[in-house]
Amino acid sequence: MSRRAGVFAAVWPPLLVVVILLVLWELVVVLFSIPEYLLPTPIAVGRTMIEQWPRLIAATGRTATATLAGFAASAVLGVVAGSLLSLVPLARRGIYPLTLLLQMVPLVAIAPMLVIWFGIGLPSVIVAACIVSIFPVIAGTLDGLQSVDAGLEEIFRIHRVGRIRTWWKLGLPWSIPSVITGLRIAAGLAVIGAIVGEFVGAYGGQHAPLGAIITSALKQNQTSTVFAAIAMASALGFLLFGLVNLGGWILLRRWHASAQ
Amino acid sequence: MSGVEIELRGVTKTFDRSVEAVAPMDLDLRPGRVTALLGPTGCGKSTLLRMIGGVETPTAGSVAVRPKPRIGFCFQEPRLLPWRNVLRNVGLPLELDGRPRDVCRREAQRRLEMVRLGDAAELLPAALSGGMRMRAAVARSLVADPDLLLLDEPFGALDEVTRFRLDEEVATLVREQSITVVLVTHSISEAVFLADEVVVLSPRPARIIERYEIPFGERVASLRGTEEFARLQASIYACLRGGMMEDER
Repeated sequence: MSRRAGVFAAVWPPLLVVVILLVLWELVVVLFSIPEYLLPTPIAVGRTMIEQWPRLIAATGRTATATLAGFAASAVLGVVAGSLLSLVPLARRGIYPLTLLLQMVPLVAIAPMLVIWFGIGLPSVIVAACIVSIFPVIAGTLDGLQSVDAGLEEIFRIHRVGRIRTWWKLGLPWSIPSVITGLRIAAGLAVIGAIVGEFVGAYGGQHAPLGAIITSALKQNQTSTVFAAIAMASALGFLLFGLVNLGGWILLRRWHASAQ
Repeated sequence: MSGVEIELRGVTKTFDRSVEAVAPMDLDLRPGRVTALLGPTGCGKSTLLRMIGGVETPTAGSVAVRPKPRIGFCFQEPRLLPWRNVLRNVGLPLELDGRPRDVCRREAQRRLEMVRLGDAAELLPAALSGGMRMRAAVARSLVADPDLLLLDEPFGALDEVTRFRLDEEVATLVREQSITVVLVTHSISEAVFLADEVVVLSPRPARIIERYEIPFGERVASLRGTEEFARLQASIYACLRGGMMEDER
């Protein structure tokens, strides 16, 4: 199968499901005469997207900036933290269970605190995106480093290679597949973190990002705008997920079964 | 390069305080010779090898390897890093010793030519057959010019034809370079073909049942068809079987 045919084969089933769901959605709203402020039709959402395209695309750009910065921070800090936890057993036993707090604390509850600590605007949104998305990266890195093949480790031990050098030459490359898995999960979470962060921590008006557009549209019962912003945020999530997949494929395609 | 001498005195190894892998053992291995440690599966011969290599510490007794050697280790599996091409895998021991990159590449390529893998230098391990991977592992174990080569059933997972061919290659390589070699195997024919001396071990815990001097000079494929080879094989088999029967009683 050619690459183009392969891509088509992968894309058409979910695309078909989306089309069916949109048609059903349209029918339900029309048949049951649901008012637009409760649930707009997909066509109404599409119309809003076209009408507000410049504003939406600019907002998506702002949210993308925060998402990418938060995601990059969680990728770097997550790999560093996972590596440190792997290298220092005491820290692993003491700190790793506590990192679960990053998963459990509701972001909506701490987002206002982030605004107090980092001020309104980009920094607090970036921190929100990072907090929500860092745990899968830490877990993926740690899992990868903990599962290094014992036989390969022995080769490094025989040559009396230090732990840091063994981490660099063996542990880190070995962990790439599980780090990529963590980053895939983190990609979606970073978008969620940025949007929630923007609910409370972003400027509105001309320079509003998607999260701020959603909150202001909700207040004004502009439900189709809310849905249009959600669609843009979803597209952003898909794009980031796709970029992670592409990066993973480039790194792993020659030697790991998951990318072949 | 040929002067590594190995001396084991009262060496024992017990795992988890109850599983005795090696019974108290004295063993002297002379420099520049190939010694095969032959015994049934799970008898503790690999543990013995690992203690000689310093990867495992004995529970009691002492292992002296004089003078301090450069060790080449070849395991039961190739243990190649899947993301590194064959050349970089073979050069890894030199790289870990901090040698310059061009030296690593040059020496790795030379060892690859020796094991007839010169054309496969740029390939990843996944692209090689099982026999080719093992040959790459042999090349890696030789790349740092070891004066002690430890072979832990290196060809156990391969088919017999490939195994015989690799045995012949290794026999030539180690004799050309006069390396002290300790080979762990459960194949009698491999032990007789490769070694200057075969040490027959009992089932776990390993203890020495018998030592055989192997009188052959050059190791060529036709050696396997000789009467003397068959006679030695039969004699070692009887010894090994006797040890196992005694253990079962």
